[in-house]
Amino acid sequence: MSAGTPRVGVVTFPGSLDDRDALRAVALMGGDGVPLWHGDRDLRGVDAVILPGGFSYGDYLRTGALARFAPIMEEVRAFAGRGGPVVGICNGFQILCEAGLLSGALIRNRQLRFVCRFVDVRVETSLSTLTEGLVPGEVLRIPVKHGEGQFVARPDELARIEAEALVTFRYCGPGGELDDEHNVNGSAGWIAGIRSPQGNVVGLMPHPEHAVDPDVGPTGGQPLFASLLTYALARV
Amino acid sequence: MKYQFQVIVSLKPGLLDPQGKAIEGSLPAMGWANASNVRVGKHVELVVDAETEAAAVSQVDEMAQRLLSNPVIESYRIVSTAPLPDPRFEDVS
Repeated sequence: MSAGTPRVGVVTFPGSLDDRDALRAVALMGGDGVPLWHGDRDLRGVDAVILPGGFSYGDYLRTGALARFAPIMEEVRAFAGRGGPVVGICNGFQILCEAGLLSGALIRNRQLRFVCRFVDVRVETSLSTLTEGLVPGEVLRIPVKHGEGQFVARPDELARIEAEALVTFRYCGPGGELDDEHNVNGSAGWIAGIRSPQGNVVGLMPHPEHAVDPDVGPTGGQPLFASLLTYALARV
Repeated sequence: MKYQFQVIVSLKPGLLDPQGKAIEGSLPAMGWANASNVRVGKHVELVVDAETEAAAVSQVDEMAQRLLSNPVIESYRIVSTAPLPDPRFEDVS
């Protein structure tokens, strides 16, 4: 580890699946991946935190509902409050919504089926820890794999999310078009990911950590990790 | 005193309930074409040991708000009950 290498912590909850892929993606993109444990109250001095995908606590009660009370989440909440970059991927997004760090909620997919495939997502803002340096309108190919990824919010909340430009990613066609066919789970407003008003907390259903290695498929996740590392480094 | 409660958690009106929709779609196939507005929720039973019933109710209310339901998508109601008969033992005598 050199002085200029951002340290990115990845939290493992009981039932997390993608913690190792997230650590590997951080390393591939030039960061220093730091494993964090749900039962600890210590972020080990990291510069950014990823809540990875999986089925934390078996998804009992509601997805993300129990993980939100894990001891480490108090630290994550405080870190986010100080402006620290926090990214929730899939189950991590569900946890951030349950914790109230992001608006809205994620419910069963409209089609009632688990969906596992590559999708196109359109970047909607560059004002977030994951999209700094990206151009709104840019389309990235990233996989999704979830049964409960349909984003919903109260109508007034949804209006606020749109008005404050908190939508960070939308599901779209290959050319960025928004049509029903490309709304992979029926999300309100095609929403695939949102940010906090400050932009340091971002949640998304697609899995950028599965799209960083050109040997195994599309690399739409690379620019997102690059952005996260730059954002984290700026705080070191 | 021990007080028994049921907390009934329902998806808020207007929110698409795919499970309810799937069930509603299956009912006509079984001959019940007249059933509609099927909504699937959760039913949580619990016992609270408290000084008074009012204290128990207010605690259950807080538990329902903070954990048992997600206020973004769900509403809940609390039913205070006598202990439920256990159907497994109903015909033992």
